[in-house]
Amino acid sequence: MSSATLAAPLAPARRPSLAAGLRHTFTLAWRSLVQIKHNPMELLDLSIQPVMFVLLFTYVFGTAIAGSPGDYLTFALPGIIVQNAFFATMTTGFGLNNDLTKGVFDRLQSLPVARWAPLAGRIVADTVKQAWSVALLLGVGMLLGFRVGTGFAGLLAAFALLLVFSLAASWISVLVGVLVSEPDKVQIFGFMVIFPLTFTSNAFVPTDKMPSWLQRWVEINPATILADALRGLLVSGPVAGPVARSLIWAAVLLAVFAPLAVRALRRRA
Amino acid sequence: MTYAIRAEGLVRRFGATTALAGVDLAVPTGTVFGLLGPNGAGKTTAVRVLATLLAADEGHATVGGYDVRRDAHRVRQLIGLTGQYASVDENLTGTENLLLIGRLLGMSRGDARSRARQLLADFQLTDAAERAAKTYSGGMRRRLDLAASLVGRPQVLFLDEPTTGLDPRSRNELWDIVRNLVADGVTVLLTTQYLEEADQLAGEIAVVDHGRVIAQGTPEELKARTGGQVLAVRPIDPADLPTVLAITGEVTGAAPEVAQSTVAVPVNDPAVLPAVVRRLDAAEIAVAELALRSASLDEVFLSLTGHRAEQDAPTDADLERILV
Repeated sequence: MSSATLAAPLAPARRPSLAAGLRHTFTLAWRSLVQIKHNPMELLDLSIQPVMFVLLFTYVFGTAIAGSPGDYLTFALPGIIVQNAFFATMTTGFGLNNDLTKGVFDRLQSLPVARWAPLAGRIVADTVKQAWSVALLLGVGMLLGFRVGTGFAGLLAAFALLLVFSLAASWISVLVGVLVSEPDKVQIFGFMVIFPLTFTSNAFVPTDKMPSWLQRWVEINPATILADALRGLLVSGPVAGPVARSLIWAAVLLAVFAPLAVRALRRRA
Repeated sequence: MTYAIRAEGLVRRFGATTALAGVDLAVPTGTVFGLLGPNGAGKTTAVRVLATLLAADEGHATVGGYDVRRDAHRVRQLIGLTGQYASVDENLTGTENLLLIGRLLGMSRGDARSRARQLLADFQLTDAAERAAKTYSGGMRRRLDLAASLVGRPQVLFLDEPTTGLDPRSRNELWDIVRNLVADGVTVLLTTQYLEEADQLAGEIAVVDHGRVIAQGTPEELKARTGGQVLAVRPIDPADLPTVLAITGEVTGAAPEVAQSTVAVPVNDPAVLPAVVRRLDAAEIAVAELALRSASLDEVFLSLTGHRAEQDAPTDADLERILV
């Protein structure tokens, strides 16, 4: 260690370059993903929960709601994918809060790393996790009889729309992750908000089977709009309208929650 | 003399609480500087400002000659931070933690790997290198924390209460590591609640209370100012306490205090001990305990500030959390 003081750069850079920031982002994304190795519960969370939802909904509600499990799966799988996407965004806030409360965030902030990289790295990693569970849901759905009626382009577009929407929605999770005092509270928030949100949409039950006072909310619920967009892209039905409205929702969520989250993070850190 | 760290008039408020109320510091390059104070004194806030994590409301500071606000990115290239609130990732192994930091510092994969291996060996963590940090003992965690802050070979190292909660053996090991770093030319700013720790490591100590530096000097100077030692006398019969109080006060010329049936009084001159014994003997007071011990932080505080160190005051981090 005798070279300790000599090894430091003589004229350190004033700011990290964009390339350096991207490198930091991918290094930090690697860090979030490699954690799964030591925390197998997380992989179970990402895998078993979605599969369980598909099986339970299809066989418990299928006949009652749609006449047969097969018909119900065609209707509900896009909805289940939407619900899963909402839950998956909570991972971002959970991980961020963990970093904040355990002091990892401070350690990262004390390094010459681009200020946005810790958050960006987390979001990149969570996008990978999201893609994994969507692929798993589609895979299990197909084993049970779900058929993509639109082709490969539709599948790709559905993936892209989900990722864009999740990216925007994860800012809610970031805000919650910054504000609450411990990681478990992020999960509690997730359950308290995401369950009612997705159940008062047409993700699992068609709008016309709900009480009329509820229908007005169901129609503007972002979970409904996103589920309709996925139905259009994966099965059949209108595409342009629901996709456009999903993107508007994504833009609204981004515009409202990203600045709030960044401000809260600045104040806390 | 060059200064690795300079701070002038640092003020930082959290709502109605003033964590830093105008702190000046000058830490010469290549020395260990101790910030000594109770919980809530502002030590952690000072470190967070100097380590670029927190902006001061007033005043300014430089580290390695760079302004911590305007040139934060440059400062970050010179510093290492270890403390209660700067920690490793529990879900990564020791190796992965150090690799992560090496890569973030721009090292190649190979360089980061060999640096990680070397540090793990230096800190006796080679056997635990491939285990997740959450399985580590407290002492191992602190060593890994410290190793993580050294990956980039920092010129200035911030150690925020590095031994709080450690057993004596782990604490001694950590002290040895710090001494070796300083021998290599690293400047260390250490915060601690323990007078002994500051005494062991620091060339110069600033005593902090309520966000202000209330005394500064070498450990010897501070001890001389604060009495340095304490004479404790516990009579077998508590009824003798007033007499003991009178005798110790008279002999030492200081103001004794009573707590838990024991009289404690700051002592500057060890020669008072036999004098006290003679007077107690003459007064026929039977004594259960009579001891001369080093002044604790509490007594340093009492002597410097007239009030005791408030150990149960909220920490800086608590304050910040309350506010969000």
